[in-house]
Amino acid sequence: MIRLAVVSGKGGTGKTVVTGAIARICTRPRVMVDCDVDAANLELLLKPRILERKDFYGMEAACIDPARCTACGICGDACRFDAIRMNGGTYTVETGRCEGCRVCRLVCPAEAVSMQPRVCGEIFYSETPYGNLVHARLAPGAANSGLLVMEIKKLALSRNGDCDLMLIDGPPGIGCPLISTITGTDHVLVVAEPSVSGLHDLGRVVQVSRSLRTQVSVVINKYDLNLRMSGVIREYCREQDLVYRGEIPYDEAVMEAVRMARPVTDYDVPASEAITTIWDDISHELW
Amino acid sequence: MRICIPAKGPDAGDFVDERFGRAPYYLIHDTDTGKTESYKNPAAEAMGGVGPRAAQFLLDHTVNVLVTARVGGNALGALKAGGIIILLYDEAGSTVRDAIAAYSRGGLREQ
Amino acid sequence: MKISVASGKGGTGKSLVAANLAWSLSGSEQVTLVDCDVEEPNLHLFFPEDQPSVSTVTMQVPGVDQDRCTLCGECAGFCAFGALVVAKDQVLFFPEHCHSCGGCAIACPAGAITELPRPIGTITGRMISPSLHLVTGTLNEGEVLAVKVIRAAKETAGTGGWVIFDASPGTSCPVVETLQGSDFCILVTESTPFGLHDLALAYDVTSQMGIPSGVIINRSDGKDEAAHRFCDEKGIPVLAVIPFDRKIAEIQGSGDLISRRDPSWKERFCAIGRACRSLVEGA
Repeated sequence: MIRLAVVSGKGGTGKTVVTGAIARICTRPRVMVDCDVDAANLELLLKPRILERKDFYGMEAACIDPARCTACGICGDACRFDAIRMNGGTYTVETGRCEGCRVCRLVCPAEAVSMQPRVCGEIFYSETPYGNLVHARLAPGAANSGLLVMEIKKLALSRNGDCDLMLIDGPPGIGCPLISTITGTDHVLVVAEPSVSGLHDLGRVVQVSRSLRTQVSVVINKYDLNLRMSGVIREYCREQDLVYRGEIPYDEAVMEAVRMARPVTDYDVPASEAITTIWDDISHELW
Repeated sequence: MRICIPAKGPDAGDFVDERFGRAPYYLIHDTDTGKTESYKNPAAEAMGGVGPRAAQFLLDHTVNVLVTARVGGNALGALKAGGIIILLYDEAGSTVRDAIAAYSRGGLREQ
Repeated sequence: MKISVASGKGGTGKSLVAANLAWSLSGSEQVTLVDCDVEEPNLHLFFPEDQPSVSTVTMQVPGVDQDRCTLCGECAGFCAFGALVVAKDQVLFFPEHCHSCGGCAIACPAGAITELPRPIGTITGRMISPSLHLVTGTLNEGEVLAVKVIRAAKETAGTGGWVIFDASPGTSCPVVETLQGSDFCILVTESTPFGLHDLALAYDVTSQMGIPSGVIINRSDGKDEAAHRFCDEKGIPVLAVIPFDRKIAEIQGSGDLISRRDPSWKERFCAIGRACRSLVEGA
C-alpha cells in the first residue's frame, strides 16, 4: 500500500479539492483519510454513508472527589494550566483546560484526585463510491490532534490493508497534526498557492517533510491568479531540488463542483484536465 | 544475552513489527536460558512520548540487544544512552523466530 | 477594543481582513496588530519593516543535578508525557514531549530536579507607523507549546487603543487561547460549502465562549444564500461581503494591501471597525 498525503502549509490552497479529484480518477483500490481533524471537509465531496462512529479518548482528565476534598487549595496552587477552580466550598477541575499532567493528584494530601477517561472527539468510518473514508471531528479547544490523526490512519489501515493507495487529505499548518499526518507516508504532494504567504509556507512544509524523509512533489493551484509568484515558486522548486508536477488553473467549475458536492473530476473542465495529467505523472512513479 | 524483538502478536511464530515504538508486543529472548518472554508494549497506546517510553520499558527489562527495522530520534538516543545495541533486521513477512535465527547467525548491521 | 479575526477553515482571508482592518484604522487611531498564528505567522509579509525588537519566549523544563540524582526512576514514572527516561547511569530528557507541568521536580525524592528556562519561540515587535504596532508571535519549529507563545504575544500587545488578533485557522487550543478576552470576533468565511461547514464549527466556539461575533464573506461569487441563511438563523450580523476579484487576489498575493492601494477600501474597513464597536457598545 502506498500512502500519499496532500498537504499545503498554508490553509485554503485547495488540498481537499485536489484530494477529492484524485479519489475520483484513481483506478486502484483505495481508502481515504481526512486528517484535517479540526475542520474535516473531504466528506463534503465524497457522498459518504456513515457505517460506524467511535468516541476518541484523549489524555485523561483529573477529577476531584468532593467527598474527600478538604479544600486546602494545594492543587489549585500547583496547577500550571489554570484548570482548578474553587466552586462552592470545594475545588473542581475544568476539564477543558486540564492537560492530564497529574500534578494535582501527586500533591493532594487527601487522595481526592483521580484520573478519568475523557472523550475529546469522534471518529467516523464511512463507505463512499470511491472506497472507504475515515474522518474525525476534534472537540473545540481540544488538544491531542496529533493522536487523533494517528488513530484514524491506524483504523483505515487495519480495515483496508489490501488497498493499493491510502489517500490522505492533510491539515493546514506544520504542527502536531501535520507531522502525524506525514509520519509513515511514502509521498507528500504539496498544493501551493501563488502568493508571498504561499511560498513562505511551502518552504516550511517542505522542511518538515524532508526531515521526516518522505518524497515530496509540488503543484501550484490557481496558478494564473499570480503568474509572477507562480514563476517564483517554480524557481524555488528548481533551487530546492523539488519535483514540480505541474499547475492547475483557476477554474470557476471547481466551486460549482463543490456546491454540487462532487469531485471536480466528475466534470470535463480545465482544472480536471490539469489534475488528471498531474495524477497520471504521480501514479506512474508510485507504481 | 537478552534480545528484544518487536512483534505484531505474543508468540514466537507471530510476525515481526517493523515499528519499534508502536509494536503491540515485545518478545524478549534470553540466549542463556533459551526462553522467550512475551510482553504487551505499554508505550503502544500511549498518548505521547512513545519513543522514550518504549526505550524505558526495554531498559527496565534489562534488554541488551534490540533487533528491529529502524529506530527513530528520541528512542534511539535513549537506547544508546542505556547501552542497548540496535541491530537492523528488515525482512518483509518474517516471524520472531526468523529474527532470532538471523541474530544467531550473526552479521546484522548495527544502527 | 479587542477584536479577534478567526475562521473554521484555513485560507478564507483572515490575514487579509486583519491586516487591512489594522492599516485602515491606524489612519486615525492607535492600533496594535497581533499575529497569533504562531506556527505560520505571515502578517509581517504585508509590512516589510527593518529593525524589529525581538524577545524570547521560554518554557520551564527540568534540569537534573546528576550528583543528587539516585536514578530511582520516580520522575520518569511520573511524567504523563514520556519526556523523561532513566537509563543505567543518567536521566534523559525529551523537550518536545514536555508540557512544563513542574511535576517531575515535585516527584523527585532527592530534590535533584530544578526548573530551567528553555526557549521555544520569539515575540517580534515592529512599529509600522507611529499609530500601528505589529506584534508577531513565532513558535520555533518542532515545538508544540503554541499557547505559551500566544499568551506572550498578547501580553506584549497590551490593551490600549484597537488591538486586533489574527488567529490560526480551526478551533483548536491555540485558537481558543487567542480568542480569550476578546470583545468581539470577526469570523471570515467563503461562500462555499467548505466555508459554511467550517463557519458553523467556528461559531460554536465563539458562542460557547460568549464572544459576540460578526461574519465577513470573502471571495464571494454572488451565490452566498446559504451563508446568509445561516447567519440569519443564528442572528449573526454580516459585516461585509468581499467579492472574488482577480485584482484583489493579485494585490494581496504580492504582499500588498487593498486598503493601502485604494482609499475606498480603506473607508470600507474603517466602517467595519466602527460596526464592530457599535455592536459591542450597543449590546
